[in-house]
Amino acid sequence: MIGLTHYMVVAAILFTMGVLGIFLNRKNLIVILMAIELILLAVNLNLVAFSAYLHDLVGQVFAMFVLTVAAGEAAIGLAILVIYFRGRGTIAVDDANRMKG
Amino acid sequence: MIQAIAFYLFAIVVVGSGAMTISSRNPVHSVMWLILAFFNAAGLMVLVGAEFIAMLLVIVYVGAVAVLFLFVVMMLDIDVAEMRAGVARYFAIGLALAVALAAEIMIGIGAWSAGGVKIARRAAPIDSAVPNIQAIGDLLYTRYLFVFEGAGLVLLVAMIGAIVLTHRERSGVRPQNIARQNARRPQDATRNVQPPVGEGVQL
Repeated sequence: MIGLTHYMVVAAILFTMGVLGIFLNRKNLIVILMAIELILLAVNLNLVAFSAYLHDLVGQVFAMFVLTVAAGEAAIGLAILVIYFRGRGTIAVDDANRMKG
Repeated sequence: MIQAIAFYLFAIVVVGSGAMTISSRNPVHSVMWLILAFFNAAGLMVLVGAEFIAMLLVIVYVGAVAVLFLFVVMMLDIDVAEMRAGVARYFAIGLALAVALAAEIMIGIGAWSAGGVKIARRAAPIDSAVPNIQAIGDLLYTRYLFVFEGAGLVLLVAMIGAIVLTHRERSGVRPQNIARQNARRPQDATRNVQPPVGEGVQL
């Protein structure tokens, strides 16, 4: 029988994969945004699995809020990406050092 | 039995497509793999009885976010070969970090399944007689009403922000000025003349 631990392991692998994706695609801001979406998906998976196995609905409600924030983040992130590309002609985050931060 | 088969199918495909998302050479392929990952994650959520979140995932992610990603990927003229140049440089440290993170999470899962934390009280117990969507609606529009409104506000701000960020005034074009068109009167725009014969007209 499938237990909560199975879901946690899947979500953990997905989360780790998202973090790895941020490191691997330093030249490509779009894939970094997709990796962030993967991370949020893993979090949602955990919230829903815990909600189902602990018989508590609040997890699903908060998964919905995470979804809302993820959608807003994708919209703003892609807007910033578009103006970044318009100004620089590239989407490599390695080159983003104009402010010397 | 069928549950276990479905779980392993969905889990393997979601992990595999997640791996393909971050390792694809072409960003368009990455978006496609991301869509597959979201579909299978929705399947995993259906398996535990959270139909509403699963459908929301398909509608919001596949219907809106993935299409947004596709639009941006196809609109930008990016050099695919140049983008993969730095992969080898960061692969070692990225992999080390990912393995460390995975190990930490696994330790956490092990500690949890050994019975570390007990949750005494349910905030909103699931009643199996009430459908999932109805139960979420009951909760969302009563106890979490203000949080829900706040979520709507977040989306509004995101929409306005995206428009403000990407909007640009273009110079050198002559757009239609509807107010000026409507304010134009016949007596301002035309005049009555009687040109004399044989002398041509004045323009």
